[in-house]
Amino acid sequence: MADEPTAAVTAPADTAATAAQAPPAAAELPANEGFEPEIIVFACHYCAYAAADLAGSMRLQYPSNIRMIKLPCTGKLEVIHLLRALEAGADGVYAAGCLEGECHYLKGNLWAKKRVGYVKKLLEEIGVDPGRVEMYNMSSAMGPQFAETARDFTARIRGLGPNPVRPRAGFTAHEVVLKQMGDLAMPDDSASDTPSGS
Amino acid sequence: MSATQYKAGSNLEKILSEGKFAVTGECGPPKSADGTVIEEKAKILKGFVDAVNITDNQTAVVRVCSMASGLQAQQNGLEAIMQMTCRDRNRLAMQADILGASILGIKNILCLTGDHMSFGNHPEAKGVHDLDAINLIKMYKDMRDEKKFQCGDDMDVAPALYIGCAENPFGDPFEFRALRLKKKVEAGADFMQTQCIFNIPKFKKWMEEVRAIGLHKEIKILAGLTPLKGVGAAKYMKNFVPGMDVPQEIVDRMASVEKGPPAQAEGKKLAVEMIKEIAEIEGVAGVHLMAVEWEVAVPEIVEMAGLLPRPAVA
Amino acid sequence: MITAERKPFDEIYAMTEGHDKVLVAGCDTCVAVCLTGGEKEAEILAAELRIKAKEDGRDVQIEHTAAIRQCEWEYLDAIAAKVEEYPAVLSMACGIGIQSMAEKFAPKLVLPAVNTNMLGMPQEHAVWLERCGACGECVIGDTAGICPVVRCSKSLMNGPCGGSHDGKCEVTTPEKGDIDCAWALIWDRLKAQGREELMLVNRPPKNWSKSSSGGPRKMVREEAKPV
Ligand code: SF4
Ligand code: SF4
Repeated sequence: MADEPTAAVTAPADTAATAAQAPPAAAELPANEGFEPEIIVFACHYCAYAAADLAGSMRLQYPSNIRMIKLPCTGKLEVIHLLRALEAGADGVYAAGCLEGECHYLKGNLWAKKRVGYVKKLLEEIGVDPGRVEMYNMSSAMGPQFAETARDFTARIRGLGPNPVRPRAGFTAHEVVLKQMGDLAMPDDSASDTPSGS
Repeated sequence: MSATQYKAGSNLEKILSEGKFAVTGECGPPKSADGTVIEEKAKILKGFVDAVNITDNQTAVVRVCSMASGLQAQQNGLEAIMQMTCRDRNRLAMQADILGASILGIKNILCLTGDHMSFGNHPEAKGVHDLDAINLIKMYKDMRDEKKFQCGDDMDVAPALYIGCAENPFGDPFEFRALRLKKKVEAGADFMQTQCIFNIPKFKKWMEEVRAIGLHKEIKILAGLTPLKGVGAAKYMKNFVPGMDVPQEIVDRMASVEKGPPAQAEGKKLAVEMIKEIAEIEGVAGVHLMAVEWEVAVPEIVEMAGLLPRPAVA
Repeated sequence: MITAERKPFDEIYAMTEGHDKVLVAGCDTCVAVCLTGGEKEAEILAAELRIKAKEDGRDVQIEHTAAIRQCEWEYLDAIAAKVEEYPAVLSMACGIGIQSMAEKFAPKLVLPAVNTNMLGMPQEHAVWLERCGACGECVIGDTAGICPVVRCSKSLMNGPCGGSHDGKCEVTTPEKGDIDCAWALIWDRLKAQGREELMLVNRPPKNWSKSSSGGPRKMVREEAKPV
């Protein structure tokens, strides 16, 4: 039995090659040093997604660990989507919706907040650090805050270490989650090539 | 007066029937198989009260049963009023127990709904609540007067019972409270003891309603009083005991004296004043002194109220 | 409707121990409406169990399914093939649905993942209140449509106990908060109906033999049986 906790998370040889191609997901390095977490962000297209665009056009640095899934509203996000993302191997997941009171669908972001809170409770039950999920709010004009949130959350997850149930497979959690979300996720008309609005 | 005119012929029944002002007390059985507790309390109260309530797992906390403790009180020269709650027994047990109590010489019975299990030390218990207190009164009355079990079966020897009930004049809905007593009278209650009274004006108002429907002529009403040992007790009753109405003046009055003996003396004085005031109310047949864990105060209060010696009845 | 609450996770997880294949079976009727055991919740529980099992290094296959109604055998046919593949099933239906599964697929191990708690009425979204104890002899015609059997903490039949205060029951717990006193409600509504004299009637002891105290009950409607 693996008495030393680090032994269990050493990357198996067969995934090492993929890891090089597809960072950061399959990069399974021991402990937190050099650990590149994969972070899924469920972003509302009215705010956080646009804020990411803005951050891009402002040439603000934020970690490439962040993988976005665009939603018409964070209110579309269900408890199971967050759990699925963790099961698929994401090391951290957060929802980024509009500022409270500014949801285009009135309360979608408040629903998301409650659901994220519930998932934290579920994670506690099963012994997973509830800090792996979070809810953030921002407006489309908050490019710098988007970048800052991305940096902070990535640092937090780096501190927590790899998701204990991360599958050792040659795919990213992002791919899996995107597929699972089906029509719920909006097409990724990304990002850096869209000029920022004035 | 020949004994046959009485329903049970208990000391309490005789005193009340003769129109004498009755005084009853209260004893909580111990929370262990300690046989000395009731003996001690009986010694203190003997000669100062006409009968004593023996509580039945009061506040849903397990104690020696009211039948055994009641018997023990009687063996020590103090007549028992055995309390019986609907919380812990179904109709079979309540009939079986009253037959047993009757054989052992217990004559006064007080029919209660009982505090909910959630208040006590076994909140996970299943509450029985097969009957309510009104059903219980009627069942005992039918056993006594019709020699019938609740199911309708006949019995050979009826238990001789003086049937009591309790009422809270300060419970809500207030306008139903006197009517609820009426239901108990109709069910067959012979006497009634009230919840502790601190708010005398409200009690008087309730008595007005009771008199308006003539109930004071149909049932003997004993006003419940609890002497206060200090301001702490007053505050506790005001804030934490369900269904209790303690006016602020009383809390203030208890707070105005020093803790310890001065406060105790004030508490006794207050009790005496209240007894005197309550005794003047038309339709009040006696007082029920609930000196919870302060039985030693009772003899003095009864004496100061001018209620000694207790009447001797044949 | 029948309401249920999910059991604590640890208790459910302990039930899966020793099994290498477990099916979480939801029911899409009452327990789905009370957001406890529908397909959505079955999927969440399955995901939780898988994550936990993986953390613990257990090799166990946990999937989910849901029947439209677990309490009726014809609806169980639709999930029968899947159920057959699993030696252990964690049912999220009410106690009736769980037993219906256990009986239909006997002797398969069917385990309860929920605590069925009441016949409740949704008061507002995500809040249910107990309304009926299925006592077998309904009395609410005389009590202004308010059930004294389950809404009075002591199932009183003749009016409020001495603990009724300001319309609230003497039973107040941190979890439940204030509870309305059923008899205060009955009194108010009877008055509004001009029928308060009903409060003065001395009602005899209730016939509990019609309730579960009389042993398991059975209902047959001869006239409705298939010819
Ligand atoms: S009286 Fe009986 S049948 Fe009627 S609502 Fe109450 S428990 Fe249900
Ligand atoms: S307070 Fe009201 S609801 Fe509570 S037990 Fe007494 S009568 Fe029943």
